Amino acid sequence: MAKVKMSKKATSIDMTAMCDVAFLLLTFFILTATAKAPEALPVDMPSSVVQTKLPETGLVMLTVGKSDGKEKVFYGMKDRAIRSGALDYMAQKYKIDFTDEEKAQFALVDEFGVPVEGLKQLLSMKSADRVKKGVQSGIPCDSINNQLQDWIQGARKANIENGGTKELQFAIKGDSKELYPQIKKVMDILQDQKINSFNLVTGLRGKDY
Amino acid sequence: MAELNSGDGGGKKGSKKVRSKKSNSKVDLTAMVDLAFLLITFFMLTTSLSKPQSMDLGLPDKEEDKTKDKPIKVDQVRTMTIIMGKDNKIKWFHGLLESPEPGGSPTDAVYGKNGIRKEILKRVTSIPQATGDKDKGMIVIIKPSKKSTYRNLVDVLDEMAICNVPTYAIVNDITPEEQKLVDEMNK
Repeated sequence: MAKVKMSKKATSIDMTAMCDVAFLLLTFFILTATAKAPEALPVDMPSSVVQTKLPETGLVMLTVGKSDGKEKVFYGMKDRAIRSGALDYMAQKYKIDFTDEEKAQFALVDEFGVPVEGLKQLLSMKSADRVKKGVQSGIPCDSINNQLQDWIQGARKANIENGGTKELQFAIKGDSKELYPQIKKVMDILQDQKINSFNLVTGLRGKDY
Repeated sequence: MAELNSGDGGGKKGSKKVRSKKSNSKVDLTAMVDLAFLLITFFMLTTSLSKPQSMDLGLPDKEEDKTKDKPIKVDQVRTMTIIMGKDNKIKWFHGLLESPEPGGSPTDAVYGKNGIRKEILKRVTSIPQATGDKDKGMIVIIKPSKKSTYRNLVDVLDEMAICNVPTYAIVNDITPEEQKLVDEMNK
Protein backbone atom coordinates (compact mmCIF):
# COMPACT_ATOMS: atom_id res chain seq x y z
CA MET A 1 0.00 0.00 0.00
CA ALA A 2 1.28 3.37 -0.93
CA LYS A 3 1.90 5.74 1.89
CA VAL A 4 -0.34 8.83 1.86
CA LYS A 5 1.97 11.78 1.77
CA MET A 6 0.92 14.51 4.16
CA SER A 7 0.95 17.87 2.48
CA LYS A 8 3.44 19.97 4.32
CA LYS A 9 1.95 23.29 5.46
CA ALA A 10 3.94 26.42 4.97
CA THR A 11 5.26 27.70 8.27
CA SER A 12 5.53 31.31 7.19
CA ILE A 13 2.35 33.34 6.96
CA ASP A 14 1.78 36.36 4.80
CA MET A 15 2.66 39.41 6.82
CA THR A 16 2.01 42.04 4.19
CA ALA A 17 -1.38 43.11 5.49
CA MET A 18 -0.23 43.15 9.07
CA CYS A 19 2.75 45.24 8.11
CA ASP A 20 0.49 47.66 6.26
CA VAL A 21 -1.76 48.12 9.27
CA ALA A 22 1.16 48.50 11.64
CA PHE A 23 2.74 51.22 9.58
CA LEU A 24 -0.55 53.00 9.07
CA LEU A 25 -1.01 53.17 12.83
CA LEU A 26 2.59 54.17 13.30
CA THR A 27 2.20 57.06 10.88
CA PHE A 28 -0.96 58.16 12.67
CA PHE A 29 0.70 58.19 16.08
CA ILE A 30 3.81 59.94 14.83
CA LEU A 31 1.73 62.68 13.22
CA THR A 32 -0.57 63.21 16.19
CA ALA A 33 2.22 63.19 18.76
CA THR A 34 3.24 66.63 19.82
CA ALA A 35 6.94 67.12 19.97
CA LYS A 36 8.08 68.02 23.44
CA ALA A 37 9.87 71.32 23.31
CA PRO A 38 13.03 71.57 25.39
CA GLU A 39 12.23 73.19 28.69
CA ALA A 40 13.85 76.49 29.40
CA LEU A 41 13.82 75.78 33.10
CA PRO A 42 13.70 72.10 33.92
CA VAL A 43 11.90 71.39 37.16
CA ASP A 44 11.29 68.27 39.16
CA MET A 45 7.56 68.32 39.81
CA PRO A 46 6.14 66.83 42.98
CA SER A 47 3.81 63.92 42.40
CA SER A 48 0.20 63.54 43.41
CA VAL A 49 -2.66 61.13 42.87
CA VAL A 50 -4.96 63.57 41.09
CA GLN A 51 -5.95 62.56 37.60
CA THR A 52 -7.05 65.92 36.20
CA LYS A 53 -5.17 66.79 33.07
CA LEU A 54 -3.93 70.26 32.37
CA PRO A 55 -5.91 72.15 29.71
CA GLU A 56 -4.19 72.63 26.35
CA THR A 57 -5.41 76.12 25.64
CA GLY A 58 -6.21 79.21 27.62
CA LEU A 59 -3.42 78.52 30.02
CA VAL A 60 -0.52 80.48 31.40
CA MET A 61 2.25 78.50 33.01
CA LEU A 62 4.42 79.98 35.74
CA THR A 63 7.47 77.86 36.33
CA VAL A 64 9.24 78.33 39.62
CA GLY A 65 12.57 76.65 39.95
CA LYS A 66 16.18 76.98 40.78
CA SER A 67 19.07 77.02 38.38
CA ASP A 68 22.65 78.22 38.82
CA GLY A 69 21.86 78.54 42.51
CA LYS A 70 19.28 81.25 41.94
CA GLU A 71 15.53 81.23 42.29
CA LYS A 72 13.92 81.92 38.97
CA VAL A 73 10.46 82.38 37.61
CA PHE A 74 9.72 81.57 33.98
CA TYR A 75 6.61 82.53 32.11
CA GLY A 76 4.86 80.70 29.31
CA MET A 77 1.62 81.26 27.43
CA LYS A 78 -0.01 78.43 25.53
CA ASP A 79 -1.95 80.42 22.92
CA ARG A 80 -0.09 82.29 20.23
CA ALA A 81 -2.65 85.07 19.97
CA ILE A 82 -2.29 85.77 23.66
CA ARG A 83 1.49 85.73 23.34
CA SER A 84 1.52 88.52 20.79
CA GLY A 85 -1.16 90.46 22.65
CA ALA A 86 0.82 90.31 25.87
CA LEU A 87 3.98 91.38 24.06
CA ASP A 88 2.21 94.44 22.67
CA TYR A 89 1.07 95.33 26.16
CA MET A 90 4.60 95.01 27.55
CA ALA A 91 6.11 96.95 24.64
CA GLN A 92 3.74 99.77 25.31
CA LYS A 93 4.29 99.74 29.04
CA TYR A 94 8.08 99.53 28.97
CA LYS A 95 8.46 101.64 25.79
CA ILE A 96 10.34 99.06 23.80
CA ASP A 97 9.71 98.74 20.09
CA PHE A 98 9.67 95.27 18.69
CA THR A 99 9.98 94.72 14.97
CA ASP A 100 7.45 92.54 13.17
CA GLU A 101 10.10 89.86 12.86
CA GLU A 102 10.70 89.86 16.58
CA LYS A 103 6.99 89.69 17.23
CA ALA A 104 6.72 86.69 14.95
CA GLN A 105 9.65 85.09 16.76
CA PHE A 106 8.06 85.74 20.13
CA ALA A 107 4.85 84.01 19.08
CA LEU A 108 6.88 80.82 18.80
CA VAL A 109 8.45 81.04 22.24
CA ASP A 110 6.84 78.55 24.60
CA GLU A 111 8.46 79.73 27.74
CA PHE A 112 10.97 82.39 28.61
CA GLY A 113 12.60 83.91 31.62
CA VAL A 114 14.27 87.21 30.84
CA PRO A 115 13.45 90.76 31.82
CA VAL A 116 11.58 92.57 29.06
CA GLU A 117 14.69 94.67 28.40
CA GLY A 118 16.60 91.54 27.46
CA LEU A 119 13.85 90.07 25.34
CA LYS A 120 15.21 91.51 22.08
CA GLN A 121 18.52 89.81 22.65
CA LEU A 122 16.83 86.52 23.49
CA LEU A 123 14.71 86.64 20.35
CA SER A 124 17.77 87.19 18.19
CA MET A 125 19.26 83.92 19.46
CA LYS A 126 18.71 80.53 17.96
CA SER A 127 16.18 78.47 19.88
CA ALA A 128 18.81 75.89 20.72
CA ASP A 129 20.98 78.57 22.34
CA ARG A 130 18.13 79.96 24.41
CA VAL A 131 17.88 76.93 26.65
CA LYS A 132 21.59 76.96 27.46
CA LYS A 133 22.57 77.47 31.04
CA GLY A 134 22.91 81.01 32.27
CA VAL A 135 21.19 82.63 29.28
CA GLN A 136 17.86 83.28 30.94
CA SER A 137 17.98 84.90 34.32
CA GLY A 138 14.31 84.72 35.26
CA ILE A 139 11.56 87.30 35.20
CA PRO A 140 11.91 90.02 37.82
CA CYS A 141 9.10 89.69 40.31
CA ASP A 142 10.13 91.71 43.33
CA SER A 143 8.28 94.72 44.63
CA ILE A 144 10.48 97.27 42.83
CA ASN A 145 10.37 95.70 39.42
CA ASN A 146 7.39 93.42 39.15
CA GLN A 147 7.39 92.47 35.50
CA LEU A 148 5.72 89.15 36.19
CA GLN A 149 2.62 90.97 37.29
CA ASP A 150 2.64 93.02 34.09
CA TRP A 151 2.99 89.91 31.97
CA ILE A 152 0.02 88.35 33.73
CA GLN A 153 -2.01 91.47 33.23
CA GLY A 154 -0.97 91.64 29.57
CA ALA A 155 -2.02 88.06 28.98
CA ARG A 156 -5.40 88.59 30.61
CA LYS A 157 -5.99 91.75 28.58
CA ALA A 158 -5.02 89.93 25.40
CA ASN A 159 -7.42 87.15 26.29
CA ILE A 160 -10.30 89.57 26.59
CA GLU A 161 -9.36 91.44 23.42
CA ASN A 162 -9.28 88.17 21.52
CA GLY A 163 -12.84 87.60 22.54
CA GLY A 164 -11.97 84.88 24.98
CA THR A 165 -15.13 83.90 26.77
CA LYS A 166 -13.30 81.79 29.27
CA GLU A 167 -11.14 83.29 31.96
CA LEU A 168 -7.47 82.61 31.43
CA GLN A 169 -6.24 79.82 33.65
CA PHE A 170 -2.99 79.95 35.53
CA ALA A 171 -0.85 77.01 36.46
CA ILE A 172 2.11 76.98 38.79
CA LYS A 173 4.78 74.47 38.03
CA GLY A 174 7.11 74.41 40.94
CA ASP A 175 10.20 72.43 41.74
CA SER A 176 9.53 70.05 44.58
CA LYS A 177 12.56 71.26 46.52
CA GLU A 178 11.49 74.87 46.26
CA LEU A 179 10.86 76.47 49.64
CA TYR A 180 7.29 77.46 50.38
CA PRO A 181 7.86 81.25 50.64
CA GLN A 182 9.05 81.30 47.03
CA ILE A 183 5.85 79.64 45.83
CA LYS A 184 3.87 81.89 48.14
CA LYS A 185 5.38 84.92 46.43
CA VAL A 186 4.11 83.79 43.05
CA MET A 187 0.71 82.92 44.51
CA ASP A 188 0.57 86.38 46.08
CA ILE A 189 1.27 88.03 42.73
CA LEU A 190 -1.63 86.09 41.25
CA GLN A 191 -3.86 86.87 44.20
CA ASP A 192 -3.04 90.56 43.94
CA GLN A 193 -4.86 90.44 40.63
CA LYS A 194 -7.78 88.59 42.15
CA ILE A 195 -6.81 85.29 40.63
CA ASN A 196 -7.76 83.03 43.48
CA SER A 197 -8.02 79.76 41.70
CA PHE A 198 -5.16 78.15 39.89
CA ASN A 199 -3.64 74.81 39.07
CA LEU A 200 -0.61 73.19 40.57
CA VAL A 201 1.16 71.05 38.02
CA THR A 202 2.15 67.69 39.40
CA GLY A 203 3.45 64.39 38.19
CA LEU A 204 1.68 61.10 38.54
CA ARG A 205 2.09 59.02 41.64
CA GLY A 206 1.69 55.27 41.95
CA LYS A 207 -1.74 53.93 42.91
CA ASP A 208 -0.72 52.40 46.23
CA TYR A 209 0.70 55.57 47.68
CA MET B 1 35.82 22.15 -40.63
CA ALA B 2 35.40 20.19 -37.52
CA GLU B 3 36.66 23.16 -35.58
CA LEU B 4 34.16 25.42 -37.26
CA ASN B 5 31.40 23.03 -36.47
CA SER B 6 32.28 22.91 -32.90
CA GLY B 7 32.45 26.67 -32.99
CA ASP B 8 29.02 26.80 -34.51
CA GLY B 9 27.75 24.45 -31.96
CA GLY B 10 29.12 26.64 -29.23
CA GLY B 11 27.54 29.65 -30.85
CA LYS B 12 24.24 27.95 -31.03
CA LYS B 13 24.43 27.04 -27.42
CA GLY B 14 25.24 30.66 -26.46
CA SER B 15 22.30 32.05 -28.40
CA LYS B 16 19.98 29.99 -26.27
CA LYS B 17 18.28 32.18 -23.67
CA VAL B 18 19.95 31.95 -20.30
CA ARG B 19 17.26 31.40 -17.75
CA SER B 20 17.90 33.72 -14.87
CA LYS B 21 17.27 32.08 -11.56
CA LYS B 22 13.86 33.17 -10.29
CA SER B 23 14.43 34.73 -6.92
CA ASN B 24 11.82 34.37 -4.24
CA SER B 25 9.47 37.35 -4.43
CA LYS B 26 8.38 37.04 -0.80
CA VAL B 27 10.39 38.94 1.74
CA ASP B 28 10.31 37.97 5.35
CA LEU B 29 8.40 40.79 7.01
CA THR B 30 8.54 39.51 10.57
CA ALA B 31 11.32 41.79 11.69
CA MET B 32 9.70 44.78 10.03
CA VAL B 33 6.37 44.14 11.74
CA ASP B 34 8.14 43.70 15.05
CA LEU B 35 9.81 47.05 14.67
CA ALA B 36 6.61 48.76 13.57
CA PHE B 37 4.68 47.50 16.57
CA LEU B 38 7.46 48.48 18.92
CA LEU B 39 7.34 52.02 17.60
CA ILE B 40 3.53 52.09 17.77
CA THR B 41 3.66 51.06 21.40
CA PHE B 42 6.21 53.74 22.13
CA PHE B 43 4.22 56.52 20.46
CA MET B 44 0.94 55.40 22.00
CA LEU B 45 2.34 55.44 25.50
CA THR B 46 4.24 58.69 25.19
CA THR B 47 1.35 60.67 23.71
CA SER B 48 -1.16 59.88 26.41
CA LEU B 49 1.15 59.82 29.38
CA SER B 50 3.22 62.91 28.73
CA LYS B 51 0.41 65.31 29.57
CA PRO B 52 1.05 66.62 33.04
CA GLN B 53 -1.48 66.29 35.81
CA SER B 54 -2.77 69.29 37.60
CA MET B 55 -4.24 69.92 40.98
CA ASP B 56 -6.90 72.57 41.36
CA LEU B 57 -6.35 74.95 44.19
CA GLY B 58 -8.74 77.67 45.22
CA LEU B 59 -7.68 80.29 47.70
CA PRO B 60 -9.91 82.75 49.50
CA ASP B 61 -10.00 86.36 48.43
CA LYS B 62 -7.16 88.35 49.79
CA GLU B 63 -8.38 91.24 51.85
CA GLU B 64 -6.08 94.20 51.51
CA ASP B 65 -7.52 96.00 54.48
CA LYS B 66 -6.58 93.97 57.52
CA THR B 67 -9.15 95.70 59.73
CA LYS B 68 -11.94 94.33 57.55
CA ASP B 69 -10.74 90.83 58.16
CA LYS B 70 -13.28 89.14 60.30
CA PRO B 71 -11.97 86.25 62.30
CA ILE B 72 -13.96 83.20 61.35
CA LYS B 73 -15.01 81.22 64.35
CA VAL B 74 -15.12 77.50 63.89
CA ASP B 75 -15.83 74.72 66.26
CA GLN B 76 -12.57 73.54 67.78
CA VAL B 77 -13.79 69.94 67.71
CA ARG B 78 -13.79 70.07 63.95
CA THR B 79 -10.38 71.56 63.32
CA MET B 80 -7.15 69.76 62.84
CA THR B 81 -4.04 71.81 62.29
CA ILE B 82 -1.10 70.51 60.33
CA ILE B 83 2.18 72.37 60.55
CA MET B 84 4.90 71.55 58.09
CA GLY B 85 8.50 72.05 59.09
CA LYS B 86 11.81 71.58 57.38
CA ASP B 87 13.31 68.24 56.36
CA ASN B 88 9.86 66.75 55.66
CA LYS B 89 8.85 66.97 59.30
CA ILE B 90 5.26 67.46 60.25
CA LYS B 91 3.34 68.22 63.41
CA TRP B 92 -0.38 68.10 63.93
CA PHE B 93 -2.88 68.74 66.65
CA HIS B 94 -6.62 68.46 66.95
CA GLY B 95 -8.59 71.31 68.41
CA LEU B 96 -6.92 74.26 70.08
CA LEU B 97 -3.24 74.24 70.81
CA GLU B 98 -3.83 75.29 74.43
CA SER B 99 -6.57 72.75 75.03
CA PRO B 100 -6.36 69.99 72.44
CA GLU B 101 -9.10 67.45 71.99
CA PRO B 102 -8.56 64.05 73.62
CA GLY B 103 -5.78 62.25 71.80
CA GLY B 104 -5.06 65.30 69.73
CA SER B 105 -2.14 66.95 71.45
CA PRO B 106 0.71 68.13 69.18
CA THR B 107 2.37 65.06 67.72
CA ASP B 108 5.11 64.46 65.19
CA ALA B 109 4.18 62.55 62.09
CA VAL B 110 5.52 61.60 58.70
CA TYR B 111 4.02 61.95 55.26
CA GLY B 112 2.29 59.10 53.58
CA LYS B 113 0.12 56.12 54.14
CA ASN B 114 1.29 55.14 57.60
CA GLY B 115 1.85 58.64 58.88
CA ILE B 116 -0.47 61.58 58.79
CA ARG B 117 -3.08 59.83 56.67
CA LYS B 118 -4.07 57.45 59.48
CA GLU B 119 -4.79 60.38 61.74
CA ILE B 120 -6.75 62.25 59.10
CA LEU B 121 -8.81 59.23 58.09
CA LYS B 122 -9.62 58.50 61.70
CA ARG B 123 -10.95 61.99 62.22
CA VAL B 124 -12.70 62.33 58.88
CA THR B 125 -15.18 59.71 60.08
CA SER B 126 -15.19 60.49 63.80
CA ILE B 127 -15.80 64.24 63.58
CA PRO B 128 -19.21 64.17 61.82
CA GLN B 129 -20.28 61.61 64.39
CA ALA B 130 -19.11 63.84 67.23
CA THR B 131 -20.87 66.92 65.87
CA GLY B 132 -23.93 64.92 64.97
CA ASP B 133 -24.31 66.74 61.67
CA LYS B 134 -23.16 65.30 58.38
CA ASP B 135 -22.47 68.72 56.95
CA LYS B 136 -20.27 69.71 59.86
CA GLY B 137 -17.29 67.66 58.85
CA MET B 138 -13.64 68.02 59.46
CA ILE B 139 -11.73 71.21 58.82
CA VAL B 140 -8.02 70.93 58.21
CA ILE B 141 -5.85 73.99 58.60
CA ILE B 142 -2.62 73.65 56.68
CA LYS B 143 0.18 75.82 57.97
CA PRO B 144 3.35 75.64 55.92
CA SER B 145 6.26 77.13 57.80
CA LYS B 146 8.98 79.09 56.05
CA LYS B 147 11.30 76.12 55.86
CA SER B 148 8.83 73.72 54.30
CA THR B 149 9.07 72.87 50.65
CA TYR B 150 6.62 72.91 47.79
CA ARG B 151 6.61 69.12 47.79
CA ASN B 152 5.38 69.15 51.39
CA LEU B 153 2.50 71.41 50.42
CA VAL B 154 1.51 69.24 47.48
CA ASP B 155 1.80 66.12 49.62
CA VAL B 156 -0.54 67.52 52.25
CA LEU B 157 -3.00 68.75 49.62
CA ASP B 158 -2.83 65.30 48.12
CA GLU B 159 -3.72 63.75 51.48
CA MET B 160 -6.75 66.02 51.57
CA ALA B 161 -7.83 64.64 48.20
CA ILE B 162 -7.16 61.04 49.22
CA CYS B 163 -8.99 61.31 52.53
CA ASN B 164 -11.90 63.34 51.09
CA VAL B 165 -11.51 66.07 53.67
CA PRO B 166 -14.53 68.33 53.10
CA THR B 167 -12.91 71.62 54.12
CA TYR B 168 -9.32 72.64 54.21
CA ALA B 169 -7.44 75.89 54.05
CA ILE B 170 -3.89 77.04 53.70
CA VAL B 171 -3.20 79.55 56.43
CA ASN B 172 -0.04 81.55 56.39
CA ASP B 173 0.07 83.24 59.76
CA ILE B 174 1.67 81.16 62.43
CA THR B 175 0.96 82.24 66.00
CA PRO B 176 3.86 82.63 68.46
CA GLU B 177 2.80 79.44 70.25
CA GLU B 178 2.77 77.55 67.01
CA GLN B 179 6.11 79.06 66.09
CA LYS B 180 7.49 77.40 69.20
CA LEU B 181 6.36 74.08 67.82
CA VAL B 182 8.00 74.89 64.50
CA ASP B 183 11.26 75.80 66.20
CA GLU B 184 11.14 72.60 68.18
CA MET B 185 10.59 70.65 65.00
CA ASN B 186 13.32 72.41 63.05
CA LYS B 187 15.90 71.93 65.75
